[in-house]
Order: sequence, then structure tokens, then C-alpha cells
Amino acid sequence: MQEFLQQMVNGLSLGAIYALIALGYTMVYGIIMLINFAHGDILMVGAYIGFFSVVVLGTNIFVAMAIAMIACAVLGVVIEKVAYRPLRNSTRIAALITAIGVSFFLEYTTIFFLTPNQRVYPAEAFPVTNYDVMGITLSSKDIFVFISAVVLMVILQYIIKRTKTGKAMRAVSLDKEAAMLMGISVDKTISITFAIGSALAAAAGVMIGVYYNSINPLMGIIPGLKAFVAAVLGGIGIIPGAMVGGFLMGILETLVSGYGSSLYRDAVAFGVLIIILLIKPTGLFGKNTGEKV
Amino acid sequence: MRIRRKVSMLVLMLFMLSIVAGCSQGGDNGAAQQEGDTIKVGINTELSGPVASYGSNAANGALLAIEEINAAGGVLGKQLDPLSRDCKSIPDEAMSVSAALVGEKIVAQIGPLTSGNVAGSTPVMMENQIPLLAPAATAVNVTVDEKTNKVRDFIFRVCYRDSDQGQRMANFALEDLNVKNAAIYGSTSDDYATGLAKYFKEEFTSKGGTIVAEEGFVNGDKDFRATLTKIKSADPEFIYVPGYYTEVAVLIKQAREMGITCPIGGGDGWDSPDMVSVAGAEALNNTYFTNHYSVEDPDPAIQSFVEAYKAKYNKLPDSFAALGYDAARLLADAIERAGEADPVKVKEALEATKDFPGITGTMSIDENHNPVKNIVVIEYKDGNLISR
Repeated sequence: MQEFLQQMVNGLSLGAIYALIALGYTMVYGIIMLINFAHGDILMVGAYIGFFSVVVLGTNIFVAMAIAMIACAVLGVVIEKVAYRPLRNSTRIAALITAIGVSFFLEYTTIFFLTPNQRVYPAEAFPVTNYDVMGITLSSKDIFVFISAVVLMVILQYIIKRTKTGKAMRAVSLDKEAAMLMGISVDKTISITFAIGSALAAAAGVMIGVYYNSINPLMGIIPGLKAFVAAVLGGIGIIPGAMVGGFLMGILETLVSGYGSSLYRDAVAFGVLIIILLIKPTGLFGKNTGEKV
Repeated sequence: MRIRRKVSMLVLMLFMLSIVAGCSQGGDNGAAQQEGDTIKVGINTELSGPVASYGSNAANGALLAIEEINAAGGVLGKQLDPLSRDCKSIPDEAMSVSAALVGEKIVAQIGPLTSGNVAGSTPVMMENQIPLLAPAATAVNVTVDEKTNKVRDFIFRVCYRDSDQGQRMANFALEDLNVKNAAIYGSTSDDYATGLAKYFKEEFTSKGGTIVAEEGFVNGDKDFRATLTKIKSADPEFIYVPGYYTEVAVLIKQAREMGITCPIGGGDGWDSPDMVSVAGAEALNNTYFTNHYSVEDPDPAIQSFVEAYKAKYNKLPDSFAALGYDAARLLADAIERAGEADPVKVKEALEATKDFPGITGTMSIDENHNPVKNIVVIEYKDGNLISR
């Protein structure tokens, strides 16, 4: 039982990170039907900005996270303006390929300027203390990652459900033309969506840096891919789906390595995913709406 | 339309410029070769990428050796001309770097460092019949094709093999640490780590030890806690973690954070200053790894090497630096014994190596192109390396 609870703690902190990344994927998909493959690399840029603000500016980790989020929000808006907006009315495959191009651009620009070598998040940036709760080891890192992820998700929910901007975002994702007729600025709403999604990715990047200590220019690929799967699992385009999908993915991976074999972790995790999608192709939270005619 | 044409003209001009630049570079090399008063040695190592610390240190060691040899009059009256290139820690890149070096008429190649990258470079060297000296490739199949059991004629190494290393750690755990059971949690992504795990297990169980858990991770993983939780509940007295420092450092840090206090052991892939900076000095206490040599060794030859290296690069030489140094010196020795800088004759001389005094031990090359020498176990103590 104790071991199971410990595994749950492990799974939840991993899942919180996946969920944060998955949110960005799902928001962008929900609003412009684009799978933004550069999302994982925005996370990497965020991790680097956090790293430099700790090392060079000497800020604490919370300020570093805020700086990274703001910088990546700007980056996300710029990427959307430069790379995706000109292709808004072209085929979806063209936009998808552009997204892959942006992803490579971010990875290799970082490699060019910062070398491909890994960098170590300074230990002083986040002092680790371990708490022993009924035989379960809880580190301050677990708590930091979990609480900041939940706080960010609550803020996101508030923005989407309670503010005018959120209402506009929902309207645009439902029907772009009708939203435009109602006087909503579609371009502005899409920009805001990219800004929020990228800021969440940056937060996840800093968390990964704190949690695992080391960062490198290709660090965004695997978490990005897994978060994408988490978003699909929950039903892509649906915000609560991304959260649940992220946590599910983290817990699933943890349980497979904890009780099955670590050698088959990814195989089993993705196998379960395939089964869920076979039974419910639109994802756990997806509704079967059918094609609009 | 006009703008587009201008852009395409510009691109074309840039392209042509780059060709011209490439040509002039080639011209310089051609001139150097015609003079014929140097012996070209290729150094093909990982100067960037995930194992950059191995490659750059080995290249540093080799360059230091070559500098010393040249200062002492060179080999056969000629100076050695080192051509150092970066294989970016990618096997394909190692292959194309080798092809380029072969084109520059090298007599032999030193590097790459990891077994996988050596395997990438191997076909080019075999085809062109030019010896490759691998400083640190420890996988058994680097010098011997495991399917046909045939020796790869032109591939040599100056380090011991995975089998020797795995066995040494198993005996160390059983005899020096007095443990009876162990868990294995190693990388499954490459021949190196799976080989170490296999030979550790064979030796450990044949001498009466029990393996209580056997797990694996993939290179690039960052989260090991699920599996570590599982291993913790199996309560092993020792954990064997063969892999590279990139993952191992994070793994050990997480293990210690979770309250796993037992000794942890590994192989030479641990050897990097990044271990201490990522895992932290405290987490590394009570961990041990098999290695090629120790900076602390009082042997005068080793100490003078350490001093020279420190003077030139302003840091301590790790094993890879020592192996790169040995590889270059062994090669110079073989060229001298061969009597001329001919790749095939150098290969024959390398095969005949007997009791060559290296920094990483006195070595003789056996019939499978492996050196016969001893293995050191090193302990991390408060961030320092103590040889056991």
C-alpha cells in the first residue's frame, strides 16, 4: 500500500508536467485545428530562459518562472504571426509541416548559440527538503511541481470560463465566422491563445529543469510527444481532457514501470492509449459530433 | 518578380562563394601532403553532443601526447600532424568524418570514444585498411564480429572490455563491500550498458550472489522514481547502474532523495565532472565505479602526465584524457616499430605490441586486439575520486 501511494506521488508529479504541456497543445488545436509541433521546443526555450535568469540575473525560481512565461508568451505570439498566420487559409498539412519546421528551427538555433551540451540547473535555485508522510517520501520538488501546476490550471480555467477573453476564445473555437460577425477580433483571440499556451509550456520547462536538474536543446521532444498523446487521450481541443489525459499518462507510465517492467514502460503506456482510442476515437472527453455539413 | 530574381541570384552567389572557399581549403591540405615531412594522424572524437566530455578530453590527451612526441623529435624523424574532427556523438557522423579523414591520407585514426560511434566508423576504416585505435570503446563486439567470431583486422582498443569491467565490479561488490544480493538497473539503449549488466550478473550469480531486481531505462530518460520505488521495496544491498553519466547522475540523485542509501556501482561511463554537478557530492557518497586509471596514483609516469595535462588545459585529466594519451603514444610506438608510416605495416606492429607502458596500465595486445591490463575501482567521497 505504502509503495502504491509512493508510486501515485511519483505519477502525479510527472502527470502534472505532462498536463501543463498538453494544455498548450489542446488550446491551439481547439482554436485553429493545428497540431503545434513546436510546442515542446517552446518548453525548451522556457527552460533555458529560466536557467539564465537564475544563473545570470540571480533571481529566485518563482521570478525565473514568471520571466520565462512572459518571454515564451511573446515567442508564441511571434511564431503564430510569422509562421502560422500566413497559412491560416491553406491546407492543414501545410500548417502542420510549418510547425515541424518551426520546431527544428528552435532546436537548432539553440544548439547553434548554446551548444548541444547539457546544462545543470544550479542546486541553490531550489533547495530540496524531504518530508516523510506516513512512510511516503515527499520532496519539496514534488510539492512545488504539483502545486504550481494546479494553480496554473485553476487560473487557466478562470480565464476561459469567467473572462471576456475566455468567452471570445470559446466562441472562436466553436465557429470562427460567426464569432467574427459578432465583432470578436479573431486574430487577437488566436494570439492570446498562443500566448497562454506558450506560457504554460515555459512553466513546464522550468519545472522540468528544477525537477531533473539538467536541460539540453533537445529536451522538449519527448515530453512534447508524450503530452501530445495525453492531449489526444483526453480528447484534443477539450481543456479538461488535456488535464486528465496528462495525469493519466503520468500515472500509467509510473505504474507500468513500478509494477510491470520498466523495460516495457513506453510500449504498455502507448498500448493502453491505442486501446482507449479504439474504443473511444474522440478521446475520453470527446463528443461524437459528426461532420458539420 | 524582380525581387525574387535578386534573391535567387544572391543565393546562387553565396553558394558559389562557399564552393570557392571549400576549394581553397582543400588546396592547402594538398600542399601540405606533397611536402611529405609529416605523418598525418586522424582524431575523430565527440567534441559536441551528449558525450562531448569524453570526446574532447580524449582529443586533448591525444594532442598532448602528440605535442610531447613532436617535441622529442617526432616519429621516424618526421613530425606527427594531428587532424582533429568532431563526430558530434552520432554514429553516422563518425562514419562521414572517417571518410573525410581517409581522404586526407591519414596513417591511422584515434577515436571515436563510445562503442556505438566506433561501430559507425568501423566499415570505412576496414574498407580502406587503415587502423582505428578506440580509446574507450568497451563493448566486446568492437574488435570481434560476434556473428562470425572473426577479429576486425584494423580495429584496436586501448581500454579493457565490458566483460572485464562487469566481472570486476561483481567481485568488488561481493568481496570488498560484502553484499549478498544486488539489483541491476541499467541503460538498455546501447551495447555498452547491456554488456556490463550481462557480465556483472553472470559473475555475481556464479559466485553465490542473488539478483533481486533487474530493470532498465532508455537513454534520454529523466524520471527514474517509479522503478526506483520498486527497487527500494526489493531492498537490495547493492545496485548496479551501468550507463552514461547523463542519466546516471539524475538517477542517483533521485535514488538518494527517495532514501535509497545502499552502495551503488557502475562502469567507466560514469566518469565525468558532470556527475558531481548534477547529482551533488552528498548523493554520490557510497558509490563506486570501475575505471581505467586514477589521478591519485603515485606512479611517477602518471603524475608527470597529470602535471603536463593540468599545465596545458588547466583541469585534471579524466580517464578519457589518459586513454586518448595512451592511444596516441601506442600509435607512435607502433609507427616507430613498423619502420614506415604505412597503415598496413602499422596495423601489424600494433598486433605485435608487448608490455607497452601506458598511463592506464602496462598493456599487451592479445589476438582479439584487446589490451591485457588491470582495472581500478574508484569511490566518490564528498565529490572527490578516491581509488580503492
